[in-house]
Amino acid sequence: MINSPYIRKPASVQSVMLQVLLALVPGIAAYVWFFGAGILVQLAIASLAAVAGEAAMLAIRGKPKALFLTDLSAIVTAWLIALTFPPIAPWWLTVTGTLLAVVIVKQLYGGLGQNPFNPAMAAFCLMIVAYPALMSQWPAAGQLDFKAQLDLIFGGVRQVDAITGATPLDALRTALRSAVSADSELHGLRASQLMDGPAFGALGGKGGEWVALGYLLGGLWLIQRRIITWHIPAAFCGALFVTAGLLWGLRPESFASPLFHLASGGAMLGAFFILTDPVSGATTARGKLLFAAGAAVLTYVIRAFGAYPDGIAFATLLMNILVPIIDMKTQAPVFGHKKD
Amino acid sequence: MLRKLFKFHGGVKPQTNKEQSTTTPIAPVPLPDRLVIPLHQSVGGHPRPLVQPGDRVFKGQRIGGADGNLSSAVHASTSGIVRDVLPAVMPHTSGLTTLSVVIEPDGEDRWGELDRINVRAATPDELRDYLRDAGVVGLGGAVFPSHLKLKPGKEGSLDTLVINGAECEPFITCDDMLMRERAADMLKGISAMRHMLQAREVLIGIEDNKPEALAAIQAALSASGEKGIEAIAIPTRYPAGGAKQLIRVLTGIEVPHGRRSTDFGVQCFNVGTAYSIHDALEHGRPLLSRVVTVAGNVKAPRNYEVLIGTPMDHVVRLAGARHDTDRYIMGGPMMGVRMPAFDVPVVKATNCILVGSPALFPPPPPEMPCIRCGECAKACPADLAPFEMYWFSRARNFGKTQEYHLFDCIECGCCSFVCPSHIPLVDYFRFSKSEIWAREREKEAADTARERFEFKNLRQEREKQEKAEKLAAKAAATREKVAGETAAPGAAPAAKPGGDDAKRALIEAAMEKARQQKAQVAPKNTDVTNPGVQAEMAAIDARRAALEPPTETPPPAGQA
Ligand code: SF4
Ligand code: SF4
Repeated sequence: MINSPYIRKPASVQSVMLQVLLALVPGIAAYVWFFGAGILVQLAIASLAAVAGEAAMLAIRGKPKALFLTDLSAIVTAWLIALTFPPIAPWWLTVTGTLLAVVIVKQLYGGLGQNPFNPAMAAFCLMIVAYPALMSQWPAAGQLDFKAQLDLIFGGVRQVDAITGATPLDALRTALRSAVSADSELHGLRASQLMDGPAFGALGGKGGEWVALGYLLGGLWLIQRRIITWHIPAAFCGALFVTAGLLWGLRPESFASPLFHLASGGAMLGAFFILTDPVSGATTARGKLLFAAGAAVLTYVIRAFGAYPDGIAFATLLMNILVPIIDMKTQAPVFGHKKD
Repeated sequence: MLRKLFKFHGGVKPQTNKEQSTTTPIAPVPLPDRLVIPLHQSVGGHPRPLVQPGDRVFKGQRIGGADGNLSSAVHASTSGIVRDVLPAVMPHTSGLTTLSVVIEPDGEDRWGELDRINVRAATPDELRDYLRDAGVVGLGGAVFPSHLKLKPGKEGSLDTLVINGAECEPFITCDDMLMRERAADMLKGISAMRHMLQAREVLIGIEDNKPEALAAIQAALSASGEKGIEAIAIPTRYPAGGAKQLIRVLTGIEVPHGRRSTDFGVQCFNVGTAYSIHDALEHGRPLLSRVVTVAGNVKAPRNYEVLIGTPMDHVVRLAGARHDTDRYIMGGPMMGVRMPAFDVPVVKATNCILVGSPALFPPPPPEMPCIRCGECAKACPADLAPFEMYWFSRARNFGKTQEYHLFDCIECGCCSFVCPSHIPLVDYFRFSKSEIWAREREKEAADTARERFEFKNLRQEREKQEKAEKLAAKAAATREKVAGETAAPGAAPAAKPGGDDAKRALIEAAMEKARQQKAQVAPKNTDVTNPGVQAEMAAIDARRAALEPPTETPPPAGQA
């Protein structure tokens, strides 16, 4: 039986997800431009795996398939996985990661809207723990042509060392750590000098900064479309900038600049597309600020002092755990109960 | 002069669909064959029937007397014969019946003797009683008896009298047309209210999609020359016409749930009510008709002046319902209620008969799980977190829904309107509220039963004790007698006549005190009693009663 309201805004989960996918396009375009078309293959592999996994789970759980497969939420997860995994990850790594995300992290928790953890980030963490080497191979821009990428994705044997390009974040950290014992004269120049190396661009990793810019543009469009609010991106970028700026200001020789942190790794993807996942993120305005700022600090700590190339995935999961309490403690006062 | 306006949080902008019904003036409606006038049309007590089948009534004759002060009288909308006084289906989705007077018009539409009042000579109390007996209630949809709201706050005066001409619901234009056509009389009503409330200033809020109405009011204002009344265009955004939202927009004051706006120096009336007050005070005419918008799936949407009690289909016929019509909705598309039949009567709360069809109001797409996108919270004018309340409503965790301020929800429908998962959120909230009411009433009934039981125990105990005492006294007396025969008269008898009454009074006082304390502690959500809500509550009771074996139902309340 239908009760009021009898009219509705033309909105749907599908259109929300579609707009998120569209917003990823500029970043993907820059990715293809600088790093080759291999990423498109990865996006396709992940999408297929996600749809297959979702369909199977929906069938097992007896849920309407047409309705939930067309909501595009699985594709969003798939794309985030493809974009956060190394572009030359072997196909089975991408498939396993995607299936973990969709089948276990999402469907086993109850499907759309029920997962307490961000599926893509949970998959990333699981895979990096299981396959640390494979998850850490990042070719530099222009290092591999499309054929070489395809070979690596679908080929059997991998000459791991030959292609190991650590991420700029990794490279910087390794270099800075080994530099502690190095020549003290050079010390003051370390970080900035390092960044003149071939792996680095003007701000972040070479080419990577343009991908980050693509994500930024797409993200701003999402804000303009009112799909996401400004709170999470602003708080994340702000907190990352401040944390990185503090340490950099204290010891510029040992820490990278805040701009480097913003332009590197998954910072922009995290700020606009990962932490803004409504299902696993905070929902109140103040809660979003806290949630994103916390994620930024954790990201920085893991980047600067941890062992993994980027900290966003772990930071996201850790903050996901805190979401219920953050939401509960940050409910805004209701009409008539505000203090002016 | 530009006035600073305030914003309320949230709100939505549905298509207004108001142009269609404002092209032609308000039209009269020919007399129907039968009028069915429900006696209970306002918030408060059920009026008693004052007529019997077979009686001849005049137009304007009172047929239902106000039941106490929180109630409002009901009148015959035309002259004719009373055919029946019986429970008839009321204009509410539940399809429940309510005691109604069926009048067969004699076609003469003859007024009886009017009960006039000298407005200048009358005291405020007399004016209020007069309006109660004239059946004037809020015509914006809340149908709260107007006389009760025409009391200034504690200081004996009021800062601001807000007049609601916002009319934010799509399709509805009855207030718009009334303002365009009867601005001068409406202003006189407003002046009278202002006088009764001793209001310092009057602000008439009109959404800026009604420039003609605004111009008409402004013209009437400058013609009257009365100072301190201002007509203000406010941004068009649903639900700007909600009393609390309008007060917020015009004065910046937020009146919390459960508080009286007069505590904050504000009172709010609908423009239609202002007109009816003028009609009653100036011409002695009780509330017999109102302007009703007929819109939606009709060929010629229009406003009609409709006698209370007219069957809805009688009015809709004039506008020409299309043949795929599948329902009538009383009110607008955001908050309106579906009618259980096409021939239910127009009542004082009927601002619009929205004619629906599957094409015009298609069923929503399938419901998906909540993705916590927060759209509903962004749209909520009460600053609530609808998705949290939805979650707890589903889990039937009603305590939690109340922690998230379920009862601050005004059921405006904004959250359902925007939800990308097409969740009928308001339905969940209505369900939770009614479940909570039902439980509270059950608890009250159980309390009453328990009290009665305890009282019975007490009484039995006392009787036993009294019996024992009497016996003892008797024995003592006998003993004394015996002893007296042998010695001098001894101690006084133990039993005191007259102690009985004192004891009973004490017990009763204690119980009364306990009852009062309980009443103060328990959240009184059951106090909301407009006919729609009451019907909903009754429907739920019926449903529950059908589910439960009769032995488990608690004894009826109110006999203790
Ligand atoms: S709008 Fe709908 S889907 Fe979004 S948070 Fe509210 S209830 Fe959930
Ligand atoms: S119906 Fe209630 S919860 Fe939904 S938007 Fe309106 S006030 Fe908020």
